[in-house]
Amino acid sequence: MAVATLLTAGLALTACGSKVGESASSGSAGATVAATSAGKSCVDTSGSTVKIGFLNSLSGTMAISEKTVHDSLQMAADEINAAGGVNGKQLDVISEDGASEPTTFAEKAQKLIQADCVAAVFGGWTSASRKAMLPVFEGNNSLLFYPVQYEGLEASKNIFYTGATTNQQIVPALDYLKEMGVKSLFLVGSDYVFPRTANKIIKAYAAANGMEIKGEEYTPLGDTEFSTIVNKVQSADADAVFNTLNGDSNVAFFKQYKSVGLTPESMPVVSVSIAEEEVGGIGLDNVQGQLAAWNYFETIDTPTNKKFVEAFKAKYGQDRVTSDPMEAAYTSLYLWKAMAEKAKAFDTASIQGAADGVTFDAPEGTVTVDGENHHISKTALIGKIGPDGLLYTEWSSGQPIEPDPFLTGYPWAQGLASN
Amino acid sequence: METLISQVFAGLSVGSILLLIALGLVLTFGQMGVINMAQGEFIMAGAYTAYVMQFVFTNPGVSLLISLPVAFALAGLLGVVLEATLLRRMYDRPLDTLLVTWGVALILQQVARDVFGAPNVDVPAPSFLSGSVSFFGVALPLSRLFILALSLAAVIGLTLVLVRTSLGRRIRATVQNRPLAETSGISTRSTDRMTFFLGSGLAGIAGVALSQVGSIGPTLGTNYVIDAFLVVVVGGIGQIKGAVIAAFALGLLRAGFEYETSASIAKVLVFVAIVIFLQVRPQGIVNVRTRSLA
Repeated sequence: MAVATLLTAGLALTACGSKVGESASSGSAGATVAATSAGKSCVDTSGSTVKIGFLNSLSGTMAISEKTVHDSLQMAADEINAAGGVNGKQLDVISEDGASEPTTFAEKAQKLIQADCVAAVFGGWTSASRKAMLPVFEGNNSLLFYPVQYEGLEASKNIFYTGATTNQQIVPALDYLKEMGVKSLFLVGSDYVFPRTANKIIKAYAAANGMEIKGEEYTPLGDTEFSTIVNKVQSADADAVFNTLNGDSNVAFFKQYKSVGLTPESMPVVSVSIAEEEVGGIGLDNVQGQLAAWNYFETIDTPTNKKFVEAFKAKYGQDRVTSDPMEAAYTSLYLWKAMAEKAKAFDTASIQGAADGVTFDAPEGTVTVDGENHHISKTALIGKIGPDGLLYTEWSSGQPIEPDPFLTGYPWAQGLASN
Repeated sequence: METLISQVFAGLSVGSILLLIALGLVLTFGQMGVINMAQGEFIMAGAYTAYVMQFVFTNPGVSLLISLPVAFALAGLLGVVLEATLLRRMYDRPLDTLLVTWGVALILQQVARDVFGAPNVDVPAPSFLSGSVSFFGVALPLSRLFILALSLAAVIGLTLVLVRTSLGRRIRATVQNRPLAETSGISTRSTDRMTFFLGSGLAGIAGVALSQVGSIGPTLGTNYVIDAFLVVVVGGIGQIKGAVIAAFALGLLRAGFEYETSASIAKVLVFVAIVIFLQVRPQGIVNVRTRSLA
């Protein structure tokens, strides 16, 4: 038994020695050796291909959202392969189903890294799935590219966060509301980590900016009964509602919100989890004119985005829409490509070493990787849901906002990161 | 005062939804002893019927009203097929019915996902149900009033069928004493099938009603099936009167707790209240001896 283990370890070591050795740059050599001697990295770059992993929920409750991310990742991989690959190697994509279960995400990530020997993994959606995968990527010293806006207060050397952190979505949304003269807010959210953290940040912002929080309500994920909450919202008479509900609950919330006579004019709702593809399920009637905060809309009027949208519709059907997480996932693959090409290597240490300052002309606009916290600079947008169900830009930060996951640049946010 | 009225109405409207989803189970679980986990998927089938009907009839009002009988028939037929193929082999084995119908539920969810796609779909409210009426300064949503009326109509309809028709007499006879009913010439096989048709059909109607409340997706039913069982158990198994009282009591309780605390805590408090109640009165609110689980 022990002999077999030794033999396997030895084989793994020799495999690494001959295959990862592309990183000739002196800065990363030490780290490569460290990874190699851990006997874990088995990325094979000796042939004409390099393996990468896509890990999205293709089944279960999150499949609705994550399938679209998988589609846009696939499109990016096809485009990159058609254009000659990365460092001259074609991408060999291995897809795994996270099945909407954080534990499955962790297991599949382990499988992709150790059995399939992928150079990097792209995927994840819920914060629970990311938190479950984090130790796997750190333990194996591998890389995850995570494409969804999240609650911030995190930074790992082994994760690149290509969705917004709070200072690129929630804080700009609050700035916008303040600019519009909103003096009081009502907070409605699903009962889990993202809404609770987001609301903590919102309350700190409100306290520092003279805004009043008229109420804060949470409802279990998937809950569809909003009579009481809508009653509370109505009687609180706030200037606006900040909505951090996730998934199905949004449908019920907006239907019931409208049915008691509340409108975007009487009390606008700003949402941070409703994108283009959710509007159809909620019912356009129920959300038209409401606001959403993101970094990307399908309607962004740039040549890069037009090309992206047209390519997506040509590949997956004219009735499909593009959304922020899809765009962030698409962008993440190109960012990885840019890092690998800058490093002229595929190993973790070289990619990490090359990351800082890498830019990509993404559909949302030019984004730049921050090598310190592994987030990217993004332009913040507030959009209004139009009569065709698409989001139209109402307000833009005008230029990319530097990522600040721990909100260190905001005096009012002191102490949030620690508790 | 306004708060009180709006909260009482919220409670009644939650109660009416609970009642509508539980009514079918009063028959199939309460009277026949079948733990039908697929009842939630019959509700889903009803909701998707409302979704499909809006493409057949362009007027949303007409399509909603026509959805009601169509969903009743469709879900009823699904129930009959389930009864005829699987359940009739396992009467008097309630735990087996639980497992089998749970499997059927998973299959039906996947079928819905394949046919209609994973994303949720929407059934727009017809013009006569959008908006609200003012009652002592409180806006009562018309869609909720519609569901309230629908659930009361379903209760009255079901009661009339059970009390006034010969089918109802056969159902009651079969439930009270199956061998004796058979000896008196009642075909208990066909009675079972009709009971299941009625019970499942009511789930279809509940599905149409739910299309006006929230989202329609493959897992729509799973959100509601546990609540439906709770109502039946608290009401007293097999008792329509009990289910009516239990549904509105739980609805009002939830609205009250939720107003004072939060949605998450209200759910827990309602559960605690149910547990305490069942400790004191395990047979439920209304108690008549049946051949079923209790």
